[in-house]
Amino acid sequence: MEKIGILEGRQRQIYEKKGEETAFDITCETTSLSGSVSQRACVFCGSRVVLYPVADALHVVHGPIGCAAYTWDIRGAVSSGPELHRLSFSTDLKEMDVIYGGEKKLYLSLLELIERYQPKAAFIYSTCIIGLIGDDIDAVCKKVSQEKGIPVLPVHSEGFKGTKKDGYKAACDSLMKLVGTGSTEGIGKYSINILGEFNLAGEAWIIRSYYEQMGIEVVSTMTGDGRVDDIRRSHGASLNIVQCSGSMVRLAKQMEEKYSIPCLRVSYFGIEDMSKALYDVARHFSDNPAIMEAAKKLVSREVGKLYPQLQQFRRELAGKKVAIYVGGAFKAFSLIKALASVDMKVVLAGSQTGNKDDYNSLKEMCDEGTVIVDDSNPVELSKFVLEKEADLLIGGVKERPIAYKLGIGFCDHNHERKIPLAGFEGMYNFIREVYNSVMSPVWQFAPRKGGLSS
Amino acid sequence: MKTAKTATQNACKLCNPLGACLAFRGIEECVPFLHGSQGCATYIRRYLISHFKEPVDIASSNFNEDTAVFGGSHNLKLGLKNVTQQYRPKVIGLATTCLSETIGDDVDMILKEYVRLFDEGEPLPNGEPLPLMIHASTPSYQGSHIDGFQAAMRATVAKLAEAGPKKNLLNLFPNMVSPADLRYMKEVLKDFAIPYVLLPDYSETLDGGPWAEYHRIPKGGTPVNAIRETGMSAASVEFTSTLATEKSPAGFLEQEFDVPRYTMPLPIGIKQSDAFFGLLEKLSETPLPEKYEDERRRLVDAYADGHKYLFGKKAIVYGEEDLVVAMTAFLSETGIDPVLCASGGKSGRLKKRLLELVPGFEEKGGKIRDGVDFVDIEDEAKVLKPDLLIGNSKGYTMSRKNGILFIRIGFPIHDRFGGQRLHHLGYRGTQELFDRIVNTVIEQRQSSSPIGYTYM
Ligand code: SF4
Ligand code: SF4
Repeated sequence: MEKIGILEGRQRQIYEKKGEETAFDITCETTSLSGSVSQRACVFCGSRVVLYPVADALHVVHGPIGCAAYTWDIRGAVSSGPELHRLSFSTDLKEMDVIYGGEKKLYLSLLELIERYQPKAAFIYSTCIIGLIGDDIDAVCKKVSQEKGIPVLPVHSEGFKGTKKDGYKAACDSLMKLVGTGSTEGIGKYSINILGEFNLAGEAWIIRSYYEQMGIEVVSTMTGDGRVDDIRRSHGASLNIVQCSGSMVRLAKQMEEKYSIPCLRVSYFGIEDMSKALYDVARHFSDNPAIMEAAKKLVSREVGKLYPQLQQFRRELAGKKVAIYVGGAFKAFSLIKALASVDMKVVLAGSQTGNKDDYNSLKEMCDEGTVIVDDSNPVELSKFVLEKEADLLIGGVKERPIAYKLGIGFCDHNHERKIPLAGFEGMYNFIREVYNSVMSPVWQFAPRKGGLSS
Repeated sequence: MKTAKTATQNACKLCNPLGACLAFRGIEECVPFLHGSQGCATYIRRYLISHFKEPVDIASSNFNEDTAVFGGSHNLKLGLKNVTQQYRPKVIGLATTCLSETIGDDVDMILKEYVRLFDEGEPLPNGEPLPLMIHASTPSYQGSHIDGFQAAMRATVAKLAEAGPKKNLLNLFPNMVSPADLRYMKEVLKDFAIPYVLLPDYSETLDGGPWAEYHRIPKGGTPVNAIRETGMSAASVEFTSTLATEKSPAGFLEQEFDVPRYTMPLPIGIKQSDAFFGLLEKLSETPLPEKYEDERRRLVDAYADGHKYLFGKKAIVYGEEDLVVAMTAFLSETGIDPVLCASGGKSGRLKKRLLELVPGFEEKGGKIRDGVDFVDIEDEAKVLKPDLLIGNSKGYTMSRKNGILFIRIGFPIHDRFGGQRLHHLGYRGTQELFDRIVNTVIEQRQSSSPIGYTYM
């Protein structure tokens, strides 16, 4: 087989854990190499991800049609009520707008859309072209906000001005303008906001119910089945629980500064991390021991149900090899732990947006021989899948065809999934999906495994 | 009803570079490359993957802030070099995005500089040869994905076609159809024994088999040498109703190389398929092969067997303008009344062409609208109350909300399996479409019957 090389300029973004070799400083948090088929998206994508689940807000993408068209209802963030977030609005700029500026079109669009959809607030995303032609979207938003009496919030998410992470920041800055604008009356002491949980396939509902079973009041789920009014009063909560690599860390930090609300970082994937997410919160409210009691009861009940089920899967999955390539490194940590509970072995761990600390932690968590990679591309991922003889690839839509072409199982762990993978029931769903894919008889026909070659 | 509105609400179109990338995927050993920011390439990849369920690698010059301010020349050259090193393509299909177009990068000049550097002895890594570079200008604020598709194909023949002694060769420009359609076209041409160049041909590159090892570029696609010969062909056949000559690849070949151009609607339905097969008979001086006679006979038979289910049913058809025109013509011959033909595209020719093909369309109350989005279509649907909605997956929400039967055709089909294997063209494609439509109607009748029924 022909050896697949690594692109010049990318060698330092890849690390293979071998023996006691001197510490390798992985290069990360850079923009993608030109010409590389990066699996990454843009600033706008980051903003859209975070704000998408605010279901009763209007989301207007200012720019030519593409950015809006490609993000029309592609995510699995579900709502228990309004579904305005699932529609796709764009100013769809034409040549003349690009030449003469799109402010007027944005203004008219907003009036028209607010009229028609009566949203609680509006988020206006500026995309690449806007950054270039210099439309003053702040001014337009302000004007419309005054005229229409709802918050109209600019999201500065020009695609080329950084990475997806910068998009998270832009989104947090917009949310921060909503926070603190509502009344906190009636919010109790044992109250939290859930941040960075996008309610994919109803995951936020699962998490919320856990906390509620512990006697905790959930003021806002912010970016998972989110509501404008809840966000406005979210500063009344006593604690912010932030999940994920950090899409919402900035907001939590800002709320800490401004409203002295402490925050906890958690993950809801896997038994270990899920339990910890509940215990950490209980510990925070240690003046009320009933909360810890309830947490213990909940965990033991759920784990008691889950454990025997996992044992069945473990028998067959033990020793199978997994390649993980996900958006945030934090998710990779949870996945590694979750897979360890059925004795699966991680041979590749990569992310689109990890930072130095993330990669150091990965290095510590992983076994000998594991490849750690930042901002990979299809050629590299295939190379590692083949070299490491992975049985499963975990990633997103863009990774899926790589796995299937090469005849191995695949599990979707991105924003488009339709089955909840968070919480204890999510863990069961996840391992079952892994099992279903890895053990499927279809791979016997893969050329690599003795099927007809191609 | 208010029809003039400002914002686009649920677009019924995609952006220019997507079409270009799809078209470039139909050239052998070609990697599509987007000159602009990374997000566009990533979204487009994701979008194409969800329809074709195949790896779709699209490189990007990954603009950052400096690039946007100072121009993309450096990034582009570095990107071309990297893509060459990693993919070893024979061809790089370069499409611009809104961003690189707006900052006014002179891509042709950058490419010239790049080639000059190479010629002057700055080799590519691993001593790779310089790939051919085809550049299509595809700013999305002009037109939509279909324009990008055609622009890429026109740029391709403009770059590659050569003059020479006339050959017994037919160029076929099939439009944005499914891999299954492309395979069918090849089968037809083979059965007529017509040597051909099909451009683009992503029948394999976007609907291929499993791999034993990693393929940087999937096999298949129109070979470069074949594209060179398009300038020497005896004729070009182009499936389009709305493409302007100055944007058309076949138009280019006609102007530059005197290759006669036959333009016809996508051959969907019996009449248009007859026209297509008739043209092939004429060009090849070969009578219609028995096999297609049979296909046609079966189709006519099916029309008879199924006509009662369809007569008088009202349909809304949407999608690319060319597809809408051809589908409408087909539906009209089955007894279905298309009540609205809508497209997000805006060539300015939709209405004229449609009326040419379906005379009396407006008298029967049919509406034609271009430049629309799904909210426009839905507003119309509330008044027109169609029985059927026919178009790509994007219509799903409105079909569900308004209880309209839904037939998925074209691109994208990302909420069903096998969109890349759907036939639309010729007797075979029409047969498939017809069966599906009839069955959809039957299924609905069956399930709305209080007791259901087990015979038709
Ligand atoms: S419309 Fe233009 S800027 Fe937007 S995704 Fe398409 S090419 Fe990129
Ligand atoms: S890179 Fe820019 S134009 Fe492309 S999708 Fe992102 S914001 Fe839109």
